[in-house]
Amino acid sequence: MQFSEEWLRAMVNPSLGTDELAHLLTMSGLEVEECVPAAPAFSGVVVGEIVAAQPHPNADRLKVCEVDAGGEHLKVVCGAPNVTVGMKAPFARIGAVLPPQDGKPLEIRRATMRGVESEGMLCSARELGLSDDHSGLLVLPAAAKIGSNVREVLTLDDRIFTIKLTPNRADCLSVLGIAREVSALTGSPLRVVAPPAVKAASADVHPVRITDPAGCGRFTGRVIRGVDAKATTPDWMKRRLERAGQRSISALVDVTNYVMLELGRPLHVYDLDKLRGPIDVRFGRKGEQLQLLNEQTVELDSDILAITDDSGPIGLAGIMGGESTKADLDTRNVLLEAAFFFPDAIAGRARRFGFSSDASHRFERGVDFDNNVAGIERATQLIVDICGGQPGPVTDNVARLPERKPVAMRVERARRIIGIPLVADEMADAFARLGLSTVRESERFVVTPPSYRFDLEIEEDLIEEVARVHGFDRIPVRPPKTPALMRSRPERQRSLHEIRAALAAADYHEVINYTFVDEQWERGLAGNANPIRVRNPIAVQFAVMRSQLAGGLLANVQHNLNRKLPRVRVFEVGRVFRRSAAVADGPLEVAGVEQPIRIGGAAFGPAMEEQWGTPGRPVDFFDVKSDVEALLAPRTGRFEACPLPALHPGRAAKVTVDGRDAGWVGELHPEWQRQFDLPGPVVLFELDAAVLQDGLMPAYSPVSRYPAVRRDLAVLVDDHIPAGLMLEALKVGLPPIVESVQVFDLYRGKGVENGKKSLAFRVLLQDTQKTLTDAEVDETMTLALSIIQQRFGGNLRQ
Amino acid sequence: MTPDLEAIVAEAEGAFAGTAEPAALEQVKARYLGKAGVIPDLLKGLAKLDPEARREAGARINAAKGRIESALDARRESLARGAMDARLREEALDVTLPGRGRGRGSVHPVIRTWQRIEEIFGSIGFDVADGPEIETDWYNFTALNNPLNHPARSMQDTFYVEGTDSEGLPLLLRTHTSPMQVRYARMHQPPIKVIAPGRTYRVDSDATHSPMFHQVEGLWIDEDVSFADLKGVYTNFLHRFFETDQLAVRFRPSFFPFTEPSAEIDMKFASGPLEGRWLEISGAGQVHPKVIRNFGLDPERWIGFAFGSGLERLTMLRYGIDDLRLFFDGDLRFLRQFA
Repeated sequence: MQFSEEWLRAMVNPSLGTDELAHLLTMSGLEVEECVPAAPAFSGVVVGEIVAAQPHPNADRLKVCEVDAGGEHLKVVCGAPNVTVGMKAPFARIGAVLPPQDGKPLEIRRATMRGVESEGMLCSARELGLSDDHSGLLVLPAAAKIGSNVREVLTLDDRIFTIKLTPNRADCLSVLGIAREVSALTGSPLRVVAPPAVKAASADVHPVRITDPAGCGRFTGRVIRGVDAKATTPDWMKRRLERAGQRSISALVDVTNYVMLELGRPLHVYDLDKLRGPIDVRFGRKGEQLQLLNEQTVELDSDILAITDDSGPIGLAGIMGGESTKADLDTRNVLLEAAFFFPDAIAGRARRFGFSSDASHRFERGVDFDNNVAGIERATQLIVDICGGQPGPVTDNVARLPERKPVAMRVERARRIIGIPLVADEMADAFARLGLSTVRESERFVVTPPSYRFDLEIEEDLIEEVARVHGFDRIPVRPPKTPALMRSRPERQRSLHEIRAALAAADYHEVINYTFVDEQWERGLAGNANPIRVRNPIAVQFAVMRSQLAGGLLANVQHNLNRKLPRVRVFEVGRVFRRSAAVADGPLEVAGVEQPIRIGGAAFGPAMEEQWGTPGRPVDFFDVKSDVEALLAPRTGRFEACPLPALHPGRAAKVTVDGRDAGWVGELHPEWQRQFDLPGPVVLFELDAAVLQDGLMPAYSPVSRYPAVRRDLAVLVDDHIPAGLMLEALKVGLPPIVESVQVFDLYRGKGVENGKKSLAFRVLLQDTQKTLTDAEVDETMTLALSIIQQRFGGNLRQ
Repeated sequence: MTPDLEAIVAEAEGAFAGTAEPAALEQVKARYLGKAGVIPDLLKGLAKLDPEARREAGARINAAKGRIESALDARRESLARGAMDARLREEALDVTLPGRGRGRGSVHPVIRTWQRIEEIFGSIGFDVADGPEIETDWYNFTALNNPLNHPARSMQDTFYVEGTDSEGLPLLLRTHTSPMQVRYARMHQPPIKVIAPGRTYRVDSDATHSPMFHQVEGLWIDEDVSFADLKGVYTNFLHRFFETDQLAVRFRPSFFPFTEPSAEIDMKFASGPLEGRWLEISGAGQVHPKVIRNFGLDPERWIGFAFGSGLERLTMLRYGIDDLRLFFDGDLRFLRQFA
């Protein structure tokens, strides 16, 4: 909502400066987004009358004018094409300062132009910074007093307010509405009189029928015959409209816009001679078409409210009129419409057709259903004044109006919600200032909302009004008092923040990627042929919901490589999305969609930042596997070769923890490496957050007082046998005195037969009850070897 | 003949001093104290003397022996110290060379904010909740008193995804963290005190809007949690988050379907580049009775406040970051600054 301060102050003029007024509005819920001068600063410009104009002796395009600047006559050289004797125009005296044209304010000095001295300057609108019009001198009204300050004549010291209205305050979509609010907040009286009735000069009426009162509650009309549609809109009206952001179009349109902005009463003007039979307001029918004033043709439907006549639809009710019955400059006879349409019958319809209008904006939110006649009277007065014409009587069809149910507010409830001991008298005062019709009972108020308020339906609405008028800033800032109960997280549960900290400590940088991704990533990288599609993506590369994190991480690697960063290690913690018939609606679930939080990482480039004393090498599978193992600790993951679409088939592992699927780790498939244009391998991992968060309580066991024994076992086995399986078999198969078994060496090559590998295990043995004997140790190691021999066909390495 | 013990001691001292390493010293020692050394020889010679003289000479020789032994110990110690010194000199490092090993990564600045918010609200007993990002229409709109025709529900504002809910309405990407108010409240009994940070989505993409962003929702429901409490809690939060009490905070009336009264919260720094400007920081208000009913609670008994704030905005204000897009680029040159 945009309007000029001058217009507002014509209705309510509190003794507040502009800034104070703006602050007051903002703090009452009408946020002033912008408050700017209506015109740039300039000085020394007065109303001048051109009393004589002679051709310039030395220049064809210039004239030498004699200007009456009020008391003195000055000689001015001027090149404007519209110079005529008798016209009044802004005259900048010597010493005047005009708004900057190219950065610096322009000071007017005595100047000689082609040999003729000029004692000032006659100005165009552009030279005064009022518009871009530089086609000639700005023509001032004939009535303007010669020598008077142009800023006063044109009320240029005005300010333009732009208010960001919340959708509940449709009542403030007019200068009157804002004025009502200012009056309530300041106590300054509202200087608004109900528009006087314009006497009918004829009995001319146009018949109207409301077929669908569920959509149209009221239709007030008036015929005016013999108007001059070509009449000029008066300057004062143009000015107010322009400062309210409305371009002047024609006198008839301007009047309707003016009344809408002034009173919040949308109107429509029909060319009476173009109407075919009575007007009927009804819901549309499928297949009906209508060409609108904006030249768009729309197709109606049964939930689109239409104004119709015998020819069919002639307007979208409350949204926009039709082309066929539009009043134009040749119109002589008009029908004025001031209707009430129910918000539910209008809401969302304009949007469906892809536009919005001032009328729909208002009707969607709620328009005063009691000012139809006042609006018609006001418009009639203005039309008759500007365009002439003979009005007929006002016809007012009332079908059904919104109910205004009384709303009760308990004094105690208001105090409890606001949190301060407001007295009932202050509440009464707030309602009175707002002009709400109120009945005060012992400990409550009963308010009947006015026709222009659509936001007062429940007790809390009234409590808000009380708080608002009292002033939110006068409510104290109070730290609450509450029982001091402690909270704790289960000890065994790890927070995502702890996991993030661990990854950051392991040299990974956290990123946040979009959860909607390129469909190619899903199909290719994730091997997901049926990703969840976004119905209205902002771009094709964000068309589907991700089911894994890898795509975004690879894009991060690429982004940094393009910026010449040779080493990239990133991680993300975020949800992925998969269709799943197994998920039912639940406290934290949406049926049909699995949305687990996953933790993914990518490492590219040198294993460590280039540094002295450490030979550089590229990051590999085992570097990242070690990071994954550290994240899983104190639990131990089981890694099993498992091909995945994104990964190198020989360098990919599925991770399980205690039988639960925990994620995967692996090197990016060389084909994908090529597609992402990466000069080296990337190792990726993705783990399930829930598994990682589910930590372990430390389980104490006594520390043995007896010495531990270390034995090594080097074996030769077929190269394809996974070391992990051998380790598992040893851990399971050996007696409890075996504390741990670890691989400490792997060897292939000279001395080892082709197709075989040598693996060395370190076995730590310890008993908690006694010192182990050599026999016990030997027996255990023999068992270890026999497990390797029998299960894996291995042999002791000689 | 009376041996010149002074000369022997002086000679031994000199010989000891002349050695440069322990082995040499031990050889020299043998010359004086060894079995066939000077001192044992002298002691052996005592046998020829009469008892009186033997005692007197023995005492002198033993005194000399003692002095030689002290000289030996002193030299041993000195050589050992010298050897240690040499070793330490040898082993000295250029301690100004950088340390080796793995570097340090970082936590994303928005997540840093998220974590700080959890800590600040946790300090007065707020729980933390998180839930689905693909939501149903009911949790995202209806339960929060958002009318069916509300423009926020349009495809211009809300992302919809494949799949429908039990009402046949399309699933959507939550447009705010407020659905978690409803989910959490339906899972718990009052007093309810929770914040719900998380990702949110809106159809909006330009220099100052990201189609995916983060919010934190706060909810406190009890028998008498008032608007004044909201002012207290949120003002306190901003002071702690920005670590200054020199921060003006104002609440002005606004409108949200799910709160009544509703407030927009603005803040103003007392110094720094943004000094003196009111900055919108949060939407808040007393939870609308219809929403309380949708929590499964009686609004006559239970009241309270809710708020929602943008994590990106808080982060940008906290660290003076001027470009929203940096948060989603994954650019290490930016992220490293938050290590």
